[in-house]
Amino acid sequence: MQINLNGKSHETPEGTTIAGLIEQLNLADQACAVEVNKALVTKVNHATHTLSEGDTVELVTLVGGG
Amino acid sequence: MPDSSSTMTTHSEPHMKPLVVGERSFNSRLVLGTGKYASMELMKDALDASGTEVVTVAVRRERLYNEQGQSLLDFLDLDRYTVLPNTAGCFSAEDAVRVARLGRELLEQLGNPGASWVKLEVLGDKKTLLPDPVGTLEATRQLVKDGFSVMCYSSDDPISAMRIKDAGATSVMPAGSPIGSGQGILNENNIVLCLELLKQGDPDYPVIVDAGVGQASDVARAMELGADGVLLNTAVAHATDPVQMAHAMRHATLAGQQSYLAGRIDKKLYATASSPMEGAISYIPGE
Repeated sequence: MQINLNGKSHETPEGTTIAGLIEQLNLADQACAVEVNKALVTKVNHATHTLSEGDTVELVTLVGGG
Repeated sequence: MPDSSSTMTTHSEPHMKPLVVGERSFNSRLVLGTGKYASMELMKDALDASGTEVVTVAVRRERLYNEQGQSLLDFLDLDRYTVLPNTAGCFSAEDAVRVARLGRELLEQLGNPGASWVKLEVLGDKKTLLPDPVGTLEATRQLVKDGFSVMCYSSDDPISAMRIKDAGATSVMPAGSPIGSGQGILNENNIVLCLELLKQGDPDYPVIVDAGVGQASDVARAMELGADGVLLNTAVAHATDPVQMAHAMRHATLAGQQSYLAGRIDKKLYATASSPMEGAISYIPGE
């Protein structure tokens, strides 16, 4: 299925959870926060939150800033 | 042999009160940004030299498809610094609230005490990066409702500053001049009025001058005006020698604060001699 990930179209298997997506992207050991359709999904819910076709996902981290 | 003790003073530094912001307390009154450094190593050294205990960071999309570059988090000692996540780049209250929640989530994952506060920026214009006063107020109200301790970037307009405090901000942070402009404090009177209004009946309310610093004297000036602290980034990150400038900023913060606390003399139109006239052997005109 297609989701929109960080502003780009992204193909991921049906039934992918947020934890699964993070795993696929090799980011499991990084600090990252996730928003699905503009709503924050906290880390404790990553393993149970299943993504749906057309979801808009933002996957963010901390960078240098003022 | 030169006497090394000749450079030492016999009086110890006066005890400086810590910067208290809500529940938090810091010995350093300087807050440093982590952006725009030529390298992560340079950033790390500059933060160290500045003596800061609070560093700001931004929340951005993970660079999923790029070559994995250096991560800020590999160069930031999270046991040493309290991280203050910002909402830089947000032009609406809605986006700023989303970014604040994402920042809190990241810092909770990292176990950093900065999780519950946010440096709120709601910008009104891309070119000037001046704050949107309406969006800033909306976002402050929402974030306070969400349990955030809001450190709010504001213009130097005293009434805007007051409204932001009334909305529940933990600290108002008026800009000296536009972000990254290096123009210093353009309107000292406005900063003084911000301080007066924000601290009226609430002298310990923390006011931090945020943005516009170009050199160490700008920091000293902000502190001499009575600010509780200064937040800066570009002036150090883009200095020719960022580590040396970070040292200068540390000294300027202390010098400015001590100068403020010591109480300056009144300005006078005419000179007053420091050496006595009495006993002078010279001819003194008019006497």
